[in-house]
Amino acid sequence: MRRWSPWLVSALALGYLFLYGPMLSLVVYSFNASRLVTVWGGFSTKWYGTLAQNEKLLNAALLSLEIAAASATGAMILGTLCAVALVRFGRFRGRFLFLAMTAAPLVMPEVITGLSLLLLFVSLQQLTGWPDGRSALTIAIAHITFATAYVSVVVQARLSQMDRSLEEAALDLGARPLKVFMTITLPLIAPSLIAGWLLAFTLSLDDLVIASFVSGPGSSTLPMVVFSSVRLGLSPEINALATILLVTVSVCVIFAGCLLAKRDPN
Amino acid sequence: MKPARFLTSGFGRWLVTALPFLWLAVFFLAPFVIVFGISLSRSRFGVPPYEPLISNGTIAARLDNYAFLLGDSLYVNALLNSLKIAATSAAICLLIGYPLALGIARAPERWRGGLLLAVILPFWTSFLLRVYAWIGLLKSEGPINGALLAVGVIDQPLQLLQTSFAVHLGIIYTYLPFMVLPLYATLERQDISLLEAASDLGARPWRAFLTITLPLSLPGVVAGFLLVFIPAVGEFVIPELLGDSRTAMIGKVLWTEFFNNRDWPLAAALAVAVLALIVAPLAWLEHVRLKRVEATR
Repeated sequence: MRRWSPWLVSALALGYLFLYGPMLSLVVYSFNASRLVTVWGGFSTKWYGTLAQNEKLLNAALLSLEIAAASATGAMILGTLCAVALVRFGRFRGRFLFLAMTAAPLVMPEVITGLSLLLLFVSLQQLTGWPDGRSALTIAIAHITFATAYVSVVVQARLSQMDRSLEEAALDLGARPLKVFMTITLPLIAPSLIAGWLLAFTLSLDDLVIASFVSGPGSSTLPMVVFSSVRLGLSPEINALATILLVTVSVCVIFAGCLLAKRDPN
Repeated sequence: MKPARFLTSGFGRWLVTALPFLWLAVFFLAPFVIVFGISLSRSRFGVPPYEPLISNGTIAARLDNYAFLLGDSLYVNALLNSLKIAATSAAICLLIGYPLALGIARAPERWRGGLLLAVILPFWTSFLLRVYAWIGLLKSEGPINGALLAVGVIDQPLQLLQTSFAVHLGIIYTYLPFMVLPLYATLERQDISLLEAASDLGARPWRAFLTITLPLSLPGVVAGFLLVFIPAVGEFVIPELLGDSRTAMIGKVLWTEFFNNRDWPLAAALAVAVLALIVAPLAWLEHVRLKRVEATR
């Protein structure tokens, strides 16, 4: 029996055309000499030059990378703790509330998360003086909070599949729980920690809405700068930026894919 | 299996739970209490731009903002509109995503990983820039109108941007991977011998699909639908960049109320309303679905 019918092959072709066509159009137009992005005016790479001199955009990109790295690390730690508590501790008091708090950010509209965090920061500042205005710090706190939920999901999946007999053996042989966790559990769940970190990093780097609510003067992230420029219309520099991002991500993903395929031939 | 013995008591266990618990209580739970409090306040000029709820020992709570939300059809319409747009987009996404997922699941095994990776890859790139790509494609001097003009189907460029069509398209495009992944997960696990049996017994492929493949993949269909519907309901960027005032969605209305009108209490009241009317039922639905999925494992 033929399992891969011509119907399915054409569905695949159309599906990938739909997914990649618009992204390829960004790449093609980034080499357009004309400022009117979608009207072809000859081949040119000049927009990459102007992009390299756009300090506002570059500073925002740098800030975004810093915030993403910091919040991914924070979310990885908190998310792993959440996952360990939820998967390994059985029933404990407050577990339902705990579960609800780690799952709710996944279904929360970004505008509501952003608004509520901003109102929290404003009220906290009134009451305690901290945080002193909004800055990159408040953005990072916001990103840690919502990314923790995602990391927790990823790590939970791995933890619940993990073979427990190794941990049991180590405990039987008298190893302390912390030592068991560090030498056995952690190395075994490490791939999910890396996956969770990358997920949190991407979510932070990509976030416009929450950052817009909790950022302060001088802490505009890359999506915020891109958004304000896109609102005014098309800009060939944004196309050049998109191309660089697409190429970087594709190279990384393909590299990671090959690495995984090599390690795990199935 | 022996009951969990891992960190059954002691300081370590307490710390592992308390740290994320406290963080989430302060930065996730407490904000909602504050949002609710401020939704009962009134906006004013000043810093912060709302009246304190408690002054001189008396609580000045008012329901004005909620009455205003109910009284102005803008908000009710935006809420209904969001539900409608999200549901239609998720349904169309299902129609596009299903054949794609089936195609990957039935592909030769050594190709599946790569094909799946190609569906996920766009997710790792910028969401904002993928929406931006459609502005260029849909505008009146853009390539879609250009192609239609060149073929002669139309003699004037169509207004594609700032329409409800563009908003639907944007949602479908950005959330398609969320639809394909759960569908693929259920389709890939399906026992192909069932289809072979059906075919041996004389069922045509289409019939075999309707009686075997589709019913067995229903958990994936539900999961995919919700994964697209949930983020789409509160979407801000897509209706802002691709839509217009007729396609006002609740996320955009809240944003405008906060940033443009600077009415924090009203925005807070709107957030509470969305939480109660949309997020809470959806969260409950997800909870029930996940419980069921766990039970069938």
